[in-house]
Amino acid sequence: MKLSALHQSYLNRRSNSFRSPTSVDSSVDGSGKSLIAVFWLILHCLCCLISLVLGFRFSRLVFFFLFSTSSTTNLYSSAPFRPDLPVKHLDVHTLGRRLDPGANNLTVAAATAKSSRVVVGRHGIRIRPWPHPNPVEVMKAHQIIERVQNEQKTVFGMKTSKMVIAVTPTYVRTFQALHLTGVMHSLMLVPYDLVWVVVEAGGATNETASIIAKSGLRTIHLGVDQRMPNTWEDRSKLEVFMRLQALRVVKEEKLDGIVMFADDSNMHSMEFFDEIQNVKWFGTVSVGILAHSGNAEEMVMSMDKRKEMEKEAEEDSSSLPVQGPACNSTDQLIGWHIFNTLPYAGKSAVYIDDVAAVLPQKLEWSGFVLNSRLLWEEAENKPEWVKDFGSLNENEGVESPLSLLKDPSMVEPLGSCGRQVLLWWLRVEARADSKFPPGWIIDPPLEITVAAKRTPWPDVPPEPPTKTKDQMPLSHGGKTVVVIPKQQQHSTKIRKPKRRSKRNKHEPKLTDTTQVSSSSSKRQERN
Amino acid sequence: MKLWSWVLIFIVCNLTFSTISAFRLSRSQPTERISGSAGDVLEDDPVGRLKVFVYELPSKYNKKILQKDPRCLNHMFAAEIYMQRFLLSSPVRTLNPEEADWFYVPVYTTCDLTPNGLPLPFKSPRMMRSAIQLIASNWPYWNRTEGADHFFVVPHDFGACFHYQEEKAIGRGILTLLQRATLVQTFGQRNHVCLKEGSITVPPYAPPQKMQSHLIPEKTPRSIFVYFRGLFYDVGNDPEGGYYARGARAAVWENFKDNPLFDISTEHPTTYYEDMQRAIFCLCPLGWAPWSPRLVEAVIFGCIPVIIADDIVLPFADAIPWEEIGVFVDEKDVPYLDTILTSIPPEVILRKQRLLANPSMKQAMLFPQPAQPGDAFHQVLNGLARKLPHEKSVYLRPGEKLLNWTAGPVADLKPW
Repeated sequence: MKLSALHQSYLNRRSNSFRSPTSVDSSVDGSGKSLIAVFWLILHCLCCLISLVLGFRFSRLVFFFLFSTSSTTNLYSSAPFRPDLPVKHLDVHTLGRRLDPGANNLTVAAATAKSSRVVVGRHGIRIRPWPHPNPVEVMKAHQIIERVQNEQKTVFGMKTSKMVIAVTPTYVRTFQALHLTGVMHSLMLVPYDLVWVVVEAGGATNETASIIAKSGLRTIHLGVDQRMPNTWEDRSKLEVFMRLQALRVVKEEKLDGIVMFADDSNMHSMEFFDEIQNVKWFGTVSVGILAHSGNAEEMVMSMDKRKEMEKEAEEDSSSLPVQGPACNSTDQLIGWHIFNTLPYAGKSAVYIDDVAAVLPQKLEWSGFVLNSRLLWEEAENKPEWVKDFGSLNENEGVESPLSLLKDPSMVEPLGSCGRQVLLWWLRVEARADSKFPPGWIIDPPLEITVAAKRTPWPDVPPEPPTKTKDQMPLSHGGKTVVVIPKQQQHSTKIRKPKRRSKRNKHEPKLTDTTQVSSSSSKRQERN
Repeated sequence: MKLWSWVLIFIVCNLTFSTISAFRLSRSQPTERISGSAGDVLEDDPVGRLKVFVYELPSKYNKKILQKDPRCLNHMFAAEIYMQRFLLSSPVRTLNPEEADWFYVPVYTTCDLTPNGLPLPFKSPRMMRSAIQLIASNWPYWNRTEGADHFFVVPHDFGACFHYQEEKAIGRGILTLLQRATLVQTFGQRNHVCLKEGSITVPPYAPPQKMQSHLIPEKTPRSIFVYFRGLFYDVGNDPEGGYYARGARAAVWENFKDNPLFDISTEHPTTYYEDMQRAIFCLCPLGWAPWSPRLVEAVIFGCIPVIIADDIVLPFADAIPWEEIGVFVDEKDVPYLDTILTSIPPEVILRKQRLLANPSMKQAMLFPQPAQPGDAFHQVLNGLARKLPHEKSVYLRPGEKLLNWTAGPVADLKPW
């Protein structure tokens, strides 16, 4: 009686709260219910006390198995304990019941006594002594992953890959190293053969050559004698000229591959290089336009204004404008999405260092890729809708690569018909009068640093807060520094972070000399 | 002399070519042919090899139950419903019971659902018993063999033991009246009461349309090493752990929860299918019962299944060599799962992926509507065809009775 109640209540606890066992299970006699409940409570308290004493959870199951003689489940009292060593247990008692199914065995097949090594019941949760990743195994796993991915690439990827010919117009300026390094590192990661054609305005200089030599890629460095002009419009015209020069070189050298235009301030994703391998003759991709203005406040304002305009127009336009192919529902090219310049009318940058939004052209060259055989004089299977490159007249105004074609509808849209944005267009340049150390190498290394007095940053205190490391004055090759005196001992000024202005390097300004300590007898040297 | 040498060369060439296993390119991935212990049988066509007679039971056994709760069409036990629909329109069906090799009884025992969608098996024994009594009294074919040439689809947790709790299921055992019939079930565990000799194990139903709509391009690189989404502790029934999954799932969690190679959690992401296609190994541990739809999902998405369930019998075990396709880990070895998986040579892993890519493998795990050649319905029929011809012992001598119609719990004997 009590036993079945124990069994019943235990199994009730175990059963799914959503399932309602109906009248199948045995019913409990109502009169003995209260007695059973009291007994159960006493047992529960006893077990709690024992657990407190012993220090681990003492399961009431042990009583069940000690006293159970239920006929529905054929229990063996010598139930095998399963000591799960050498692991920690989350629960001490691990009991198993071995069940003999022989009573139900009526099959025609060989009626050998089936004994399962898999036991029903509570098992311990095995945890190894140090359940943390093993670095050797992590390395092995990464090798396995790499091997699987290589296999995937060989099976599903391109069977034969074409060479990539990257055309980059550049010129020496402050941000050249910044932009060119970005493009260079992207190109170094491209898994295909690559030729990098760098065209430089103002002639081929050693500065640019030293930057691109670090790439280890095969490069062709061309120079164009004109200097880069100061306005964005003229600059883009010169860039077109420079790109056409590069294409002429591709034609003369008979380079065979896919020509893409990697403008030096653009950002490319690796999927871009995988996607352009699919081009047959002339392809186009979507370019994300990051048209920004140098002034953060204005940018915020323009964003708000754009939001207002969007609300008025009730358009569902994406927040990032994209320039690229437009397709109809059958994935055929029907036109191009171009950048909407209306919000920026009259507020766009004209000069290169204007603090205003820099706008892209109608169709940026970087959004187009072409098979280099289009440029050759003699190529098999060259389609008729391509103009002969050799006879291209630049004075007619080549604005976008579409001028190379007779029929712009034959362009192949890539990146699932322009839905994938694979590269981003950005134009950021420093101020026109900004100066930078040639090669970005400071030679000889400076030992003293000076906080300039007049900087564009607000609120630099007049007192120079820096300590001198040593008092040796330097005068070397026209570069001089000012020795500032040691900080006064009673000075309790907070140290400001040292700032150097590169613009002031060649014309060091004097610091305020009011800090000359009366106790100092150091020499000062000024320019 | 010259002629003899040419003949010899010809014979040698033939022999070498016939022993090389064929590589078939489909979807541009090289795959390997799959041949299990029964041989290369995945693509066999059952039409013409067997004839099945479908009993016309009153609709209270099938259609009315489905009308009461149409959710039965989508849960993982839906195989019984689709099996009947398939057989009704299949060329193996015969309307003449005299020429039938197998007899099918369409009774939906797994369609009594709770509000949450879980099937209650409490009425199933009575329903089955009532159906058998009906066919035994209206047709002579049951008594002729006492059901040995009949087959039933019992896809519930423990098959024909008709209970969701393992101890109770073992206690009940297989329904007495089904002792001689062939059972088509999802449950399979060696040396277990609820797996009869000669049963056909099938995969649980997984919706083929839903899985097809979540396919991603095959060239997406597989970057997840081990993937699993599901419960580790069944908080409602077994909060401390130790009962659920025999402690194996809890062990996986405790040992590998901070291992970056193991992407395991209890979340239900919307990108579950897509993530499986980006994983190399997918864990398929046991739960309350050893089988799970994860195996089907892993096969469809090309993720190598890591099966953690001692003594499990996987679907179509005689047609599909699961040892070569999946990785079997004993429950006691779960703490060393990372060592086991990283010590598999890469060539073996690539071979397993090629086997999984075989489209007949994927097709064999699905129950598409309408049925397609090589799918799970056809594999069931192939399995039934392989059991033909029936032995002599199947047919009873007149007057011989082997089944005890009054055995079993008293509650089961109540009419339904």
